[in-house]
Amino acid sequence: MKFIWWPGVKSIWRRNALMYSKTWMLNLLPNFFEPVFFLIGLGLGVGYYIQQMGGLPYPVFLAPGLIAIAAMNGASFESTYNVYVRMNYNRVYDGILATPVNDKEIVLGEILWAITRSVIYGGAFLVITTLFGLVPSFWAFMIIPVLILTGYLFAAIGMAFSFSIPAIDLFSVYFTLFLTPLMIFSDTFFPIQERLGSWAWVAEVNPLFHCVRLMRDFAMGRFSSVMIWDLAYITAVAVLFHWLSLKQFRKRIHQPAR
Amino acid sequence: MHPILTAKNLSRHFNSLKAVDGIGFSVAKGECFGFLGPNGAGKTTTIKMIYGVLPPSGGELHIFDLPVQERLREIKRRLGVVMQKDILEETVSAWDNMLMQGRYYGFDKKYIHERGKYLLEMLALLDRADEPVFHYSGGMKRRLSIAKGLLNEPELLLLDEPTTGLDPQARHLLWAKLGEIKKKGTSILLTTHYMHEAEFLCDRLVVIDHGKIIAEGTPKGLVEKYGCKNLEEVFLELTGRDLRE
Repeated sequence: MKFIWWPGVKSIWRRNALMYSKTWMLNLLPNFFEPVFFLIGLGLGVGYYIQQMGGLPYPVFLAPGLIAIAAMNGASFESTYNVYVRMNYNRVYDGILATPVNDKEIVLGEILWAITRSVIYGGAFLVITTLFGLVPSFWAFMIIPVLILTGYLFAAIGMAFSFSIPAIDLFSVYFTLFLTPLMIFSDTFFPIQERLGSWAWVAEVNPLFHCVRLMRDFAMGRFSSVMIWDLAYITAVAVLFHWLSLKQFRKRIHQPAR
Repeated sequence: MHPILTAKNLSRHFNSLKAVDGIGFSVAKGECFGFLGPNGAGKTTTIKMIYGVLPPSGGELHIFDLPVQERLREIKRRLGVVMQKDILEETVSAWDNMLMQGRYYGFDKKYIHERGKYLLEMLALLDRADEPVFHYSGGMKRRLSIAKGLLNEPELLLLDEPTTGLDPQARHLLWAKLGEIKKKGTSILLTTHYMHEAEFLCDRLVVIDHGKIIAEGTPKGLVEKYGCKNLEEVFLELTGRDLRE
């Protein structure tokens, strides 16, 4: 049982793909609009009163961060409410654990599906912002691998949380007290490190900050050694929470029979 | 005959709670073996140890001569499991449920379709197999769960309280179907607290209470041994008449 059986991982991904193929209009489409509203409201509304932000026209400053937020939301909805319902209400994992697919493969398959949602949302938004001329550099295609990493990060964090909480109500805490501050203080809406001055390092704790900085650098075609630090930080946090997800999942399934 | 499953001194503790406390039994090939006990006796915990999701706290458990925790994936390929509560995707059809189940085993679409058609027909679901599962009655849902459990042609089928919550008509149909499945050579391990079900289906059975086996034998043998009218009387004699709440 040490190795990963890839057909098992794929079967989890395909399970979700099949379920969503029936209801994507209701379950996938609405989440897509949130960053669109931000782009229109802030980009055109607030942007009308602001000449420049971080040395860029405001919509151009805003676009990469909104792509990162779209990716974060995609993975987060999937790894919180949906995973929780599958686990506790529909008992999907109880059923799957009676087949050759094991716990590692379930967690990995779910993460890959959440990443898929991140890439769909983030990718769609990347296309839209590019069409509006808000993404200047050709290097912006490198945002796609960063979308995968952002999806991995928030899938892993979301699942670790979902497998640890006793009641579904706690997701409002996760979204309001965790994801919302991450988003607001992520460098998306204003250059946070400039405002923090000598406390600039505090922003580096926020994993979304690194996703936004990477995406903005690629969108502008800028390269620096800081990008390696960004990649390393995101990967380290994601791997840590992936491990934690598996640990919490095992704890859950080893509870007494009900 | 050589047993398909053997448990020796098997136990599972949850902190101070001894859910299963040193039980030993074996299931022969082709046999229907019953696990009887009141609610909370340790039936489901035992089933969960057999399909490997709960590692035992102590003792030995071998299925198909393989140690369960070490060779779990191999064992699960040859095992069918039907849970106490139906685990079905209700918004999609029976076909889609079978397709997802088959993929967990790595089967291709062609095999799933052929085997699925055979099973849905046998379990009288084929006519409505394209409908979403939430249209189904309780009996149909349970039969679909059994069809899912048989998709991989298991050598041993685990049934955890298969007829709980079904009306008598649905129960009798299910018993007939389980009889057919057994006749085709599938070994069955079944938990139940319906004595009539155990008398009807089981070749041998054990009565389990507070995590321990308190009696074992054939349904007939137990009735004779305890000098009771039927198995239900034996069961109440053994486990007492107090409510388990």
